[in-house]
Amino acid sequence: MKHSFLDQYSDRDSIIHRLDPRTKLITTLFFILAVVLTPPNRWPAFALYFFLVAALLLFSKVPALYVLKRSLVIMPFVVMLAIFIPFFKEGEVAGSYNIWLWQISVTYSGLQVFWNILAKAWLSILSLILLTSTTKFSNLLKSLEQLRMPRVMTMILSFMYRYLFVLVDEVMRMRQARDSRNFGGGRLWQLRTIGNMIGTLFIRSYERGERVYAAMMARGFDGQTRTLESLNFRQLDVFFGVGLGLVLILATVVNLLY
Amino acid sequence: MEEIIRVDNLSFCYPDGQQALTDVNLTIYQGETVALIGPNGAGKSTLLLHLNGILHSNGAVKVFGRPVDDKNLRWVRSKVGLVFQNPDDQLFSPTVFDDVAFGPINLGYSEAEVRELVTNALDWVGMRGYEQRSPHHLSVGEKKRIAIATVLSMNPEILAIDEPTSNLDPASKWSLIELLRGLVITKIIASHDLELVQALCHRAIVLDRGVIIADGATSNILADKRLLSAHGLAHAKAS
Repeated sequence: MKHSFLDQYSDRDSIIHRLDPRTKLITTLFFILAVVLTPPNRWPAFALYFFLVAALLLFSKVPALYVLKRSLVIMPFVVMLAIFIPFFKEGEVAGSYNIWLWQISVTYSGLQVFWNILAKAWLSILSLILLTSTTKFSNLLKSLEQLRMPRVMTMILSFMYRYLFVLVDEVMRMRQARDSRNFGGGRLWQLRTIGNMIGTLFIRSYERGERVYAAMMARGFDGQTRTLESLNFRQLDVFFGVGLGLVLILATVVNLLY
Repeated sequence: MEEIIRVDNLSFCYPDGQQALTDVNLTIYQGETVALIGPNGAGKSTLLLHLNGILHSNGAVKVFGRPVDDKNLRWVRSKVGLVFQNPDDQLFSPTVFDDVAFGPINLGYSEAEVRELVTNALDWVGMRGYEQRSPHHLSVGEKKRIAIATVLSMNPEILAIDEPTSNLDPASKWSLIELLRGLVITKIIASHDLELVQALCHRAIVLDRGVIIADGATSNILADKRLLSAHGLAHAKAS
């Protein structure tokens, strides 16, 4: 079965695609760091960040609509986390409401922090989408490995990526099997079925894990992980890394002066 | 003929108490293509898992005269290539290249050697150019071929394959059979696909409930309808 993949547009070709994954990974991390550390009231800086990501996305030839849709997926979670901040932050009151026994007030500074969290989350997620949709997941893993991330962690990520789709297929097949035999029944009954399905899925995954491990052992795996080194930095990477670094430093300086 | 695998009185019991193999005796000679046939749950896979030490056998299995034990595990696994039934279990890496390279890297080959071994193995199974593809984008037939390549890249002396043609459409199945026929290597094929057995194997071993029932020329065994139907390999009415 076909799924929408994390690295859907990673096989296209652009300047951004051709960068070494490590360059992209590091610059993305620094970009997010810069975004997160910028104080809430520095709107020009955020405009600059947005302009930067938008320009890079344009260069990367990833469809804008796809990026927008994907970036909105994360927003409900951010809103859920941040929604209470306007009510608890102290400061000048923007509005006050009486709800039954409680009095609730919203402050201006709280609202500012709220919007700021949304903006920061959005900018960060845009940069991550830029990273994942211009880099093959396997290359991303390789770059993490070469940046000295423990091999156990990259292996876990690699297995997760590999078997995510196998498991999704399994769930879809189980759902079809259930639906084709489902003749109603109470809500409790439905819940029990779902519980059984989750249990079955867990056992199947566990057994699959054992078979995969056997397949690894059959090919000489002995608990030690070995790898080939194969990524290369090029001149383009130096330009890109240094260029983006300079812009971020500039943004910070502007922040300090502003 | 040189004897390359010898199994003496192998019995195996799974931890849950299920007796999977009882007193199995078996010798495989160099260059043979042997079919291991039997109904579901006969112990075919369990027997294959013993051949390269995934399941332990306390010296009941010998490869080139050396017992399969903890000391010899690495060596045995480089000699006996085991291909699992479900390619989704066998192919666990993000790309085809990583998967085919996994064995050679574990055996400690240098980067240039690994690249050459991977290229050769993919060539043998007709999958050149798939190096950077992800396994989950491939068809079942392609996955099966890659799964075989992941083992061939280790240059084994013996290829042990579990149900190579399960889940394949007839066209893919026959092209896989032709592929296996072209590989010059000792092969042990566990299957209940009798067309495959007839097409590829000179010798067949019938296994049922963990016991070897018959061992002989494929033509004799496939001609014995009574034997086949008694052990779940043909329509039950014939007996």
